[in-house]
Amino acid sequence: MTNLHLAVALDGAGWDPAAWRAPEARPAELFTARYWTQLVAEAEAGKLDFVTIEDGLGVQTDDPGQVQGRLDAVLIASRVAPLTHHIGLVPTATVTHTEPFHISKAIATLDYVSRGRAGWRVQLSARAHEAQHFGRREIPEINPAFPVREHVRELYDEAADYVEVVRRLWDSWEDDAEIRDAATGRFIDRDKVHYINFEGRFFTVKGPSITPRPPQGQPVVTALAHNEIPYRFAEKAADVVYVTPVDAADAHEIASQVRVRHVFADLVVFLEPTSTAARQLPSDAHVFAGTPAQLADLLLEWQAAGISGFRLRPGRLPDDLRGITRGLVPELQSRGVFRHEYQEDTLRARLGLERPANRYAAVEGARVA
Amino acid sequence: MPKQIHLAAHFPGVNNTTVWSDPEAGSHIEFDSFVKLAQTAERAKFDFFFLAEGLRLREQGGRIYDLDVVGRPDTFTVLAALAAVTERLGLAGTINSTFNEPYEVARQFASLDHLSDGRAAWNVVTSWDAFTGENFRRGGFLAEGDRYSRATRFLETAKELFDSWPADAIAADKNSGTFLRDPSAGTFAHQDEHFDIAGRFNVPRSPQGRPVILQAGDSDAGREFAAATADAIFSRHGTLTDGQKFYADVKGRLARYGREHDSLNVLPAATFVLGDTDNDAQERARIVRRQQVSGATAIKFLEQLWNRDLSAYDPDGPLPEIDPDVSEQHIARGRASVRMHRDPIAVAREWRERAAAEKLSIRELIIEVTGRQNFIGSAATIAAALDDLVQQDAADGFILVPHVTPGGLDEFADKVVPLLQERGVFRTEYSGPTLRDHLGLATP
Repeated sequence: MTNLHLAVALDGAGWDPAAWRAPEARPAELFTARYWTQLVAEAEAGKLDFVTIEDGLGVQTDDPGQVQGRLDAVLIASRVAPLTHHIGLVPTATVTHTEPFHISKAIATLDYVSRGRAGWRVQLSARAHEAQHFGRREIPEINPAFPVREHVRELYDEAADYVEVVRRLWDSWEDDAEIRDAATGRFIDRDKVHYINFEGRFFTVKGPSITPRPPQGQPVVTALAHNEIPYRFAEKAADVVYVTPVDAADAHEIASQVRVRHVFADLVVFLEPTSTAARQLPSDAHVFAGTPAQLADLLLEWQAAGISGFRLRPGRLPDDLRGITRGLVPELQSRGVFRHEYQEDTLRARLGLERPANRYAAVEGARVA
Repeated sequence: MPKQIHLAAHFPGVNNTTVWSDPEAGSHIEFDSFVKLAQTAERAKFDFFFLAEGLRLREQGGRIYDLDVVGRPDTFTVLAALAAVTERLGLAGTINSTFNEPYEVARQFASLDHLSDGRAAWNVVTSWDAFTGENFRRGGFLAEGDRYSRATRFLETAKELFDSWPADAIAADKNSGTFLRDPSAGTFAHQDEHFDIAGRFNVPRSPQGRPVILQAGDSDAGREFAAATADAIFSRHGTLTDGQKFYADVKGRLARYGREHDSLNVLPAATFVLGDTDNDAQERARIVRRQQVSGATAIKFLEQLWNRDLSAYDPDGPLPEIDPDVSEQHIARGRASVRMHRDPIAVAREWRERAAAEKLSIRELIIEVTGRQNFIGSAATIAAALDDLVQQDAADGFILVPHVTPGGLDEFADKVVPLLQERGVFRTEYSGPTLRDHLGLATP
């Protein structure tokens, strides 16, 4: 049996809108470094592959009875990085209104401060109110008369260009560009620092990055996908795609449709010591409620259907995170399908991804040959 | 009680003042170097750590400039990580108001302020050039004359966002089920000639209310911007007369905006070379200057004034007879300093005359005319000099720029800071948790 990969998705007080009122919840601490550090440390104690951190360019809801507000996810990940040592850190960052140049160096820098543990969850924004926060483009309200599919396809095409630019910028410095050659007084070999000269339908970016190539070369790119357009986007752009099957048959169907190195299934989880009634929750992902052993059964069944890992969304924090690290993980370990100790130094290595050759170095080598 | 000195540590940057060839010089990109300098600054009770930024690699003669340090991290990301390994030190980042948008920058600074428990500062810089714009979606969209107007509006807009959440907006009352006491928290609407945005900001009010604002502009418009908006100004005027003149000028502008004299800290950049004795320090400074200005670097400096390819000249030979090209600068791109010579032909004549009179080669002349260290001497000499400048109102403190990464502040921390503390002009402990506390600023 192959080992499975396990990530958790951290968001506010948890994925249940009522999670902040749970007895163990600490809703007054959601905007503190300590809160996030403790959650990620708990995930690391459970030897999980990585954590993702949700984000967005607007408030989550207008309901004053629910959590509102969030800190920048890249900065949370970076704040936590020096205090953790193994776990992968995969913040969400939105591409629709932001600059690929800025995001590229931010994720590269997260990779430096975490020594090779950085990833990125690419997120689009099709929300009219988020567009208004930037005032630079019109994104229409979704309504029946509006050609949604075309609009969404445009946003994904733009996102694909964006990821291409970010990846080129990561490669714009070859690994050995810094030479510090005292004899000639040169700090870099500028033949090893490259313009990316990206020209697309949506923007052009010259490069090179101001940040040298990050430790992993290419930090891990991930994306959530629910249907065909984002599946095709993920195939072009991502190393890990998060999908939302409803059962094992659906998992099999999706896994056979999406050709991405890692297909992770997203599940909202509520863990209890004994069997429990199903939970009603508005969710794009399947909602599991039950014991760690029952969840382990489900994960192994879906794994057999072609899923390589799971991104578990704890219903309540910290309860269901602890349910994962202290209940599910020992269960999986006892079944011989989950690591007891971290082995690899980088997130890419943990996911079985090579440190990729630099695309610009390859071009150079080909020319010489 | 004498005036208290404020001190900041500038992570050595991408100018020739940074001596990367020194045997002690470490990485400019590995996180350990940032940790080392920040922790030294905190050990010495400095006010803040400072990071500069440039959004395109510099070029000269159409190629990437390779003689100085090249490459740096993302400002916000590295400061957030430093918040984990320091407890009191302020964390100041340079963020451009041209190639960013207020909603995003405001949430990044508010997030940094939360994650550092109130230690964030923003050095607001402007740019306009199409050269840098080539890395961004909008390209070089801004006219030079509009850069301060955009910066001013950007900062106003960001302040509206910072202020959009009342301090007590979050109830998080489990019993009543009220998360937000004020359901409209974060609501904003802003419209001017640069920005037309509305909606809800999504970061609750941060510990300092908003980050401390730094400004570095030296032009009349830059000084006015600082007087109107900044909590501290990062200046180039580090000598007594020049410093006093600048200090009086910017402080004199405050009243127009209804601001108190102490609400703006004037902090010149300061380079230094310490020695066991003053003579020893002078000797070390000469060596550092030669490290900073290699023959190749001297030619590049000359090209920046001449605006011509001078690669055929011998740095150990005489200055060019040919005059500078006074058409638009095309040799050096991506640096602010090339705009500082307003009359290149006159400066070139002056340099030629001086080189002839003192029998200086190109390299020797450039060593003389560029960036001599501000403070050279024993620890006692430097402590006295810093204190005098502050007491005589040439400065409120200094942003120290070490020339070696990351250990270049160690000697200053170990030898000069204790002398300043003995003089009673520098803190021995932090008086409060936030950067506003260190700088004596009110929370807005």
